This record gives sequence, structure tokens and C-alpha cells, in this order.
Amino acid sequence: MNDNRRRGRSIAAAVAATAALTLAAACGGGGDSGGSGGTAESGAPAQPVTITLQTFGGGKNFGYEEAVKKWNAENPNIQIKHVNLTDQFEQVYWPQMIQWLTAGQGAGDVIGIDEGGMGLAKAHPEWWTDLAEYGLDKRKGDFAEWKWQNGIDASGKLFGLGTDIGGMSICYRRDLFEKAGLPTDRDEVSKLWPTWDAFLETGQKFQEKVKDAKFVDGTNTIYNVMLVQEAAKNGNVAYFDTNNNLIVDSNPAVKTAFDYSVKLSQAGLTAKLRNFTDEWNTGFKKSQFATLGCPSWMLGVVSGAAGDEFKGKWDVAAVPGGGGNWGGSWLAVPKQSKHPKEAAQVLDYLTGKDAQVSVFNFAGNMPSNTQAQQDPAVQTAKDEYFNDAPKGEIFAKSAAELQPVFLGVKHAQVKNAVEQVVAAVDDGSVPADQAWQKLVDDAKKAAD
Amino acid sequence: MSLHTDSGPTVIAPAPRQRHAAPGSGRRFRSWLDLKAVPYLLISPYFLLFAVFGLFPLAFTFWYSLYDYDLTGSEKWVALGNYAELLSDSQFWTAVVNTLAMFVIATVPQLLLALMLANALNKRFRGQLFVRMGVLLPLVTSVVAVAVVFTQLYGRDWGMVNWILSWFGVDPIDWKAERLPSWLAIATMVDWRWTGYNAIIFLAGMQTIPRDLYEAAAIDGASRRRQFWQITVPMLRPTMIFVVLNSTIGGLTLFAEPIMFYGGRIEGGSNNQFQTVAMFIVQKGFNEFEYGYASGAAWLLFLMILIGSLINFLLIRRIGGRK
Repeated sequence: MNDNRRRGRSIAAAVAATAALTLAAACGGGGDSGGSGGTAESGAPAQPVTITLQTFGGGKNFGYEEAVKKWNAENPNIQIKHVNLTDQFEQVYWPQMIQWLTAGQGAGDVIGIDEGGMGLAKAHPEWWTDLAEYGLDKRKGDFAEWKWQNGIDASGKLFGLGTDIGGMSICYRRDLFEKAGLPTDRDEVSKLWPTWDAFLETGQKFQEKVKDAKFVDGTNTIYNVMLVQEAAKNGNVAYFDTNNNLIVDSNPAVKTAFDYSVKLSQAGLTAKLRNFTDEWNTGFKKSQFATLGCPSWMLGVVSGAAGDEFKGKWDVAAVPGGGGNWGGSWLAVPKQSKHPKEAAQVLDYLTGKDAQVSVFNFAGNMPSNTQAQQDPAVQTAKDEYFNDAPKGEIFAKSAAELQPVFLGVKHAQVKNAVEQVVAAVDDGSVPADQAWQKLVDDAKKAAD
Repeated sequence: MSLHTDSGPTVIAPAPRQRHAAPGSGRRFRSWLDLKAVPYLLISPYFLLFAVFGLFPLAFTFWYSLYDYDLTGSEKWVALGNYAELLSDSQFWTAVVNTLAMFVIATVPQLLLALMLANALNKRFRGQLFVRMGVLLPLVTSVVAVAVVFTQLYGRDWGMVNWILSWFGVDPIDWKAERLPSWLAIATMVDWRWTGYNAIIFLAGMQTIPRDLYEAAAIDGASRRRQFWQITVPMLRPTMIFVVLNSTIGGLTLFAEPIMFYGGRIEGGSNNQFQTVAMFIVQKGFNEFEYGYASGAAWLLFLMILIGSLINFLLIRRIGGRK
């Protein structure tokens, strides 16, 4: 997933819930359970071991709540303590994690890493436990080739296994579309915008009729959706080429996505809200916008931010311009973990089929585990919140075809700098005619 | 034997002298210890702590500011390269301007207000203690709580300030996107929290001014206002120097309020509209991991505070300087 899934307000709730679950689980029975991938649990330790799982994203974030509950009930000797640190990956979680990894203490036993951090993670083999030592190299068949390869560091050792991937869609508000005289059925809505130009025209039609809400949330979600689509057309690279050279100024994908987001803003179609801010969350509650770019993990974000009162008012339509992959994460075991064996077992379970199916049903994050993708429970899954949208059909079908975009070592820093400018154009603090130059300059500074 | 006995006294003779001298030098040592060493020993914990937690980091920071030190990468000697780069970094200068502007916008009205407030509190009235305590109350609230509440007040779409302004036909202001409004918003947070604190310090200073000066002035027919400007203000000078230096240091290291104002992000607005130098240092050091560069910026901030304090000190020394 990208920098965030959800607001952090539920961090405390999540921690409290996990703590309560741990207590409840302590009374639960034993029972054996290994990872779905097949590493056998050999000789449970005498003392119960607590494995700290650190993730990012608010609300349902990695979607592990139910999977962790199940594990803790079945494994009294290895208890997972899930701590979701923050909703912001690039700005908060990753800088903090890098400090912990460099300092040799502070990081959890199993940690989540967003795709944007993988370039740097791979460049530092000294940070990670070799998962092959605990038999996880057997899991290769569970993942698409690219998702597997990205979990192998510069020294050639397996250090991370994939959790989710980000298929694309557009989330839209049925009631606001109705108000604008547009169709509300998801198939008809999908037909409204075969291309991004058609999306813009639909927005203009919407805006003519509706004055108290905007067509899209801001520039950033659409920018990111379009960037990965365009990247797929330009050799699957975004800000860096595969030799880690910055190509922001020469990659047409960046310019195309940026120009389009500027166009949206200048047409007055944006609510000028930056995603993953308090104002953006309020925007859901106050119905300030009708659509936003929705990778699969964004469904959980929307339902969490908007809340129950908007249940059934949101729906999911196809994205203009074809598929793409925005986001997706990996789990890894830091070298500093005192219980690498148990941590590897937990990691095995959390990336396994059962846990991933549970995650998809609970939060909507599309599994990268191919067995989970093919599971009927995923294929036929519907999302009640989104008017029973067949999210399994929408995301699982495209999942197999997803192409990874190469992300450089300093991707997280450059992404942050670029998104600053994408937001600044929208709020008017950088004039549109100077924005591209600033974007290129800031990206260069961040990369250097 | 005779030789022996002869030499006996000569050997013994100095001994009592030595024995006599020993307590003397002991006493001298003790009095030296008592008068010279012990005071230093007693205050040494502060200096030791300062050396460990103040001086050493300061020197260490300077040392690293001479390196191109990337936490996740390499370490390379660049001498003053970081400083040269900083001085041509437009983002750094934006941060400097933001910091100075917010310092002036926040501090000048704040200190004037605090002075007036202290003067009012210095009079006798009912519920004196209660009101004086009340003035201090904002200080005990957490900075984050203050910032969260003010950030909501200054919301673009649903904020109370824009709502009130709309009664007067003012268009909604995007407080986080426009530079001057963002400065004003943050300055009000700072002032809300610190005005009372400074007022109490001023008040303490005012209460050390002898009453008879006012009585004499009153007998000579000086008005209240004249008494304030010609007795209170000049006599408050030492207090003012303290308050102004304190505010200068606090104002130039402003950090928590502008961060909270942008949802906890370190950039201070989409175009660094309200990023302070302290935030710039943290962004470079702990988000982008350019430790050397951040260290250089920290030293420049240190120099900035030194210069700022010096200027303010000189200015304040001239207040009521006709003596």
C-alpha cells in the first residue's frame, strides 16, 4: 500500500484490542498450527514468546486483526502483539524504522515494509534475518515472480515475503452521482470513463449540477493511480530507472500524471484535500467529494474514514486507462529480533493463504499470495460497505496480470517531495506554470 | 654512639617541625578545599551534565557538520561544504524567513500584552490570587492539545475563524496554504500559551519595585501613565532582558505548533509555508537522513539565536536608558 491506509486515531483502539485479545487468547486452548506454507512447528518453547508485529496505516491497516486473534488462540506459546505505529509510511514509520534498524534495537520481530521502502531495505542485507534458514524459501510458489524477487536483498538472501498488492479502481458515491443526474450502477459508471479525458468530462458534467461537493478529493490519489498506469507503459519505472538514476524529468509517466492532476485542479474539480490528513477524513464525513482513486487497500481506508453512516452509499467502478499497481507491502524479520525462529513462523502464517484470505475479507487488501487470490472466498467476495461490490472479481482478476513498477533506493524520499508539489498546485501555493520545475528540482534535492 | 646520639636530635629536630607543619598545611589544604575547591565541586554536577549533554553534543554536531554523512549510506569529509550548500538552499532560507517572521508576529504583541496584563494584575483587586493563577493556566495545557484545537479553529472548510469572518463578507481563508495567514495562526497559538507566563514574570519583577517611588511620584503629581513609563518600565529592565532572551530562544526554536498545524508532518505546508528552521533540521536529519547537512543547519540556527539574542539584549538595554 502506499504511505498510509487509514488515520491513526484507531491506533490506540487497535493496541487496546490486541492487548485484550492476547488476554483472551491466554485462556484459549492449544492446538497445533503451522504456517500455511508448511514450515513445521518444532518443539514449542517452554516460556511463551511474544512476537511484536509492527505495521503502519490506521484503522484496518494491514487487516490482521482477525488473523492475529486466531493465531493467538491457537498458539499459547507464541503470542503476536500487533502494534500499528502510525498511518504515515514515508514521513513517520520508515524514518523511525531506519533509525531502529541502524541502531540495532527498537524494531519489532516482524515488521511491515511498503513497496516504497523496499529499495533501501534490499540495499542493507545486514538489517535482516535470512528467512531461508527457517525454511521459508519453500514458499516461492505462493507468489508472483516479481513479488518474490523483491523480497531478496542485495546479498541474494530471502528477507521478506509479500502481503498485499494494489489493484486499481475508482471509488464513487452513488448518492452524489444520482444528484448529478449520472448513472449510479457500477457497470454503467465504469462505461462513463473509458479514458482519463472522459473522466474529466464526467467530472465537469457532475460539477455543473452539484455545487456543494467536488468531483475528486484532491490531486494526489488520482496522480498516483495514473502514475503507475503510465509507468507500466514506460518500462515499469517511475522516479528511478533500474540503475537507480533519477529520471523524474525524463520519464513521460511522471509528467503525464502530473499534468493531468493539474488539469483536474484547474478545472475546479478537486476539493483541494490532501489524502491522509484530518481535513481529508472530515471530507468523507461532510461529503465533500464524490470520487477518489482506489487501490484495493483503499477500500478499508474509505470505509473506516467515512464510517457506518455512509455504508451502501459508496461503490467501486473500473479505473480509466486500464490496470496498474499502486502499493503493496512485505513483511520481514529484523536481524535484531531475539526470537527469529518464532518470528519467521509468524511471518509464514501472516503471509500464508488462510491469513491472507482473512485479511481480504476483513479489510479488502488484495493478497499477493496466489493461492489466496484463487481461493473461492476471495474470488467471490463482496463488500457490504460498497453496496455489495464484487471486490473479489474487481481486484482478483487483474491481480495476476499486475506488473511491478521499479522503485529506487530513495523512492520514499522522492515520492514525498513530489507529492508535496502535487498538493501545492492544488492549494494554490505554487503557481501551475512553475510547479513542474519545482517538482523536478525538489525531487533532485531529495534524491541526492 | 655519640655520633649517633649527636645526629639524633638533628634527625629528630626537624620531625616536630614537620609534624607541626603538617597540621598547618592540612589546615591550609582544608581551607583551600573549603573556600576554593568545594564551591566548584558543589556546582560541578551542573557543569558535568552540561559538558555531557550540552557541550559534547554541540561539538559533536559541529564535527559532523563537516561531513557528508548519510545514515543509510556513506560518510565523507566535505569541510564547509554543507554550510555553502545550506546558504544556497532556498528551502533553508524559506525556513529562516518563516521563523523570523513568526517570531516577530508572535513575540512583539505578546510581550506588550504581557506587560499591560502584569500592570493590571499589579493593582489591588478582589480575587487577586485567582486571577493571577488563571493567567498562568494556558501554560499547563499540552502544546499538542493547544495546536489540535487551534488547527480546528483555523480549518479552511469547517473552521470557526472562517465562519466568523464570513459574517463580515470575508472569503474563506486557506490558513495552511497561504503564508501570512499560516504565520498568524501559529503566532496566536504561541501567544495564547505564553502571554500569561511572561505576564507573571513581569508581575514578579514589578513587585520588587519599591512602593515609595510611586508615592513620591504621585505626590509630585505624576499620572498613572507617567508612573508606568518612567518608573515601572525602567525598573523592569533586568526582568525584561530575561523575558526577551527567553522568548527569543523559544521563538527561534519553534517546533511543535507548526508541526501539529500540518497534521504532524514535518514539511510545514505543501510549499513549506510555515516550516521553521528547527523543523528543517529534523526533516533533513531524521526524514532524509542527511545528518551532516542537518548538523550544519543546527549550527546556523545556534548562530542565529546568538545574534538574535545579542540584538535584543542591546535593544532592551536602551529602554528607559536615561539614567
